[in-house]
Amino acid sequence: MDKRDLVLDVKNLVVRYETEDGIVKAVNGLNLQIERGKAIGLVGETGAGKTTTALSLLRLIPKPPGVEECDHMFLDGLDMLSLSVKELEKVRGKDISMIFQDPMTALNPVLTVGDQIAESIFLHEDVSYAEARKRAIEMLEVVGIPGERANEYPHQFSGGMKQRVVIAIALACHPKLLIADEPTTALDVTIQAQVLDLMKNLRKHYKTSLIMITHDLGIVAEICDEVAVMYSGNIVERGTLEDVFNKTKHPYTEGLFNSLPNINDRKAMLTPIKGLMPDPTNIPVGCPFHPRCPYMGEDCKQPQWERAISDTHFVRCSAYDRPGFRIEREER
Amino acid sequence: MTDNILEVRNLTKHFKTKRGMLHAVDGVDFTIQRGQTLGLVGESGCGKTTVGRTILRLIEPTAGDIIFEGENITKINQKKLKNVRKDMQLIFQDPYSSLDPRKTVSQIISEPIIANKILKTKEEIHARVAELMSTVGLAARLFNTYPHELDGGRRQRIGIARALAMEPKFIVCDEPVSALDVSIQAQILNLLKELQAEFHLSYIFITHDLSVVNHFSDEIAVMYLGKIVEKAPAEELFAHPLHPYTQALLSAIPVPDLRDKRERILIKGEITSPINPPQECRFKKRCNYAHDKCDEHPDLVEVTPGHLVACHLVNK
Repeated sequence: MDKRDLVLDVKNLVVRYETEDGIVKAVNGLNLQIERGKAIGLVGETGAGKTTTALSLLRLIPKPPGVEECDHMFLDGLDMLSLSVKELEKVRGKDISMIFQDPMTALNPVLTVGDQIAESIFLHEDVSYAEARKRAIEMLEVVGIPGERANEYPHQFSGGMKQRVVIAIALACHPKLLIADEPTTALDVTIQAQVLDLMKNLRKHYKTSLIMITHDLGIVAEICDEVAVMYSGNIVERGTLEDVFNKTKHPYTEGLFNSLPNINDRKAMLTPIKGLMPDPTNIPVGCPFHPRCPYMGEDCKQPQWERAISDTHFVRCSAYDRPGFRIEREER
Repeated sequence: MTDNILEVRNLTKHFKTKRGMLHAVDGVDFTIQRGQTLGLVGESGCGKTTVGRTILRLIEPTAGDIIFEGENITKINQKKLKNVRKDMQLIFQDPYSSLDPRKTVSQIISEPIIANKILKTKEEIHARVAELMSTVGLAARLFNTYPHELDGGRRQRIGIARALAMEPKFIVCDEPVSALDVSIQAQILNLLKELQAEFHLSYIFITHDLSVVNHFSDEIAVMYLGKIVEKAPAEELFAHPLHPYTQALLSAIPVPDLRDKRERILIKGEITSPINPPQECRFKKRCNYAHDKCDEHPDLVEVTPGHLVACHLVNK
């Protein structure tokens, strides 16, 4: 029996989109657990299924064409799969909320930012609109925007400022779980640094659990406690930062690290992963990474499951059943 | 004797807007040696793309000189310019919008060859396109496919093949890998490096990604609001950044290494407007060290050989 205090517990999540051109297998049997107050980085490249996973956790997959299957999905003990549309509306924005990638399109252009933050508070908490509005102004100041700008419209704010507003909306009702989908990808580095710093502090302050969706391992190293690496709709390796960064086990994770320019060794040649991410309508049998994997063997074409390396570190790779198997990236 | 392929002196581009003069590029100087790469870094709106396009005279400069292979090309007429442009090419940021969706891969790559009447017969053109495709690592079976059938990495390879078609000496790479995933980004960066060695190319590499520029460039120029604030050999710049903006920029990079515990310097505020900028140092409003002297704009001064900085703190 799992004794940990879990904010999120998802077992065997499958999401596919049934389109005229074929069945897109976006998420394929994903398990995800997050302890209260922890931040987990969900890392992967375009098409790995990161955003679909996030949308599924919010129960926002469009159906049709989407089809979802899941053994269970508990948000702080609440069975998300049994909730009606009305009940879900109460949960979203209150217990679980999301920060979207593009702050330019996430805000309503015809409402003032103050009203947009107040809306979320007014809907979820038993307060008057005037009270909600007052708290909205406090929230703005929490994210570093002067309260008097509450009456301005999104177009009057810069990209970094808009993302602060989006963060204010997401945190206004102190959610138990916050999902941030590439929150700084659209921002410049110095502004990204400001926003990451803000998220780090707010997370500590509100003790919110966080799923940080990103393609940037540097951001994960900065604000997460744990990492889950996604490939072709599944988590191929997960563990603490120390596990995944310094004791890398999965060949795909190794490939990701080798593709990154090393800031402390500029002469090092990049070693890209050969080939491309598989087409989600036609995922290879067995391990989806095997056609690109330098350690490919016959066992890789069999169905894969997760192996425990330690209490915290898990890898989905059958090569670890081979005696003495290890990948090149040495233990660091 | 240094062999400069490109020399830019006092390059300036101002755009007239309703709210005043927008100083996109304001007196930029640099040189690029043959076979070398200059990295041009900065955040959105600092003028790095305008520099790249002005050098190619896709945008006419307001003032300054562009000297390419010893010839001043700032004022030459369109006919002569067409000739010079065979030697200078551009690779665009977005492989999704820079390729004509109604043309096939071979049509896109052969377009400059036909437009410049380099080769005449169909067979010659076909052979040249096939050769270019193999140079950039595009499979021959993709000859008659359309860009929408291909992924971002392959599309960027088409853009590179098109740029190479004229056998250029110099290429402006404007954020060539920003739209790509890391594993694909590494493939394209390696390709650009191999091509540089093979064809002795010189690059301007425009990017906002400091870890990429560090990997790729011989020399790096950091731009802020239309001006170069610091310029040095890549290693020197990363080891001893002197300008407060460069220091903040470098410390802001999230590093995927747990042992790298660098102190982060947060700078306040955001980039100020490039419209009618005041005479003071452009970075003054965000600088943690701003003092009275910063009301006057500092000149770019060489502090150690090859390392230039525009800051009153350093240039006492």
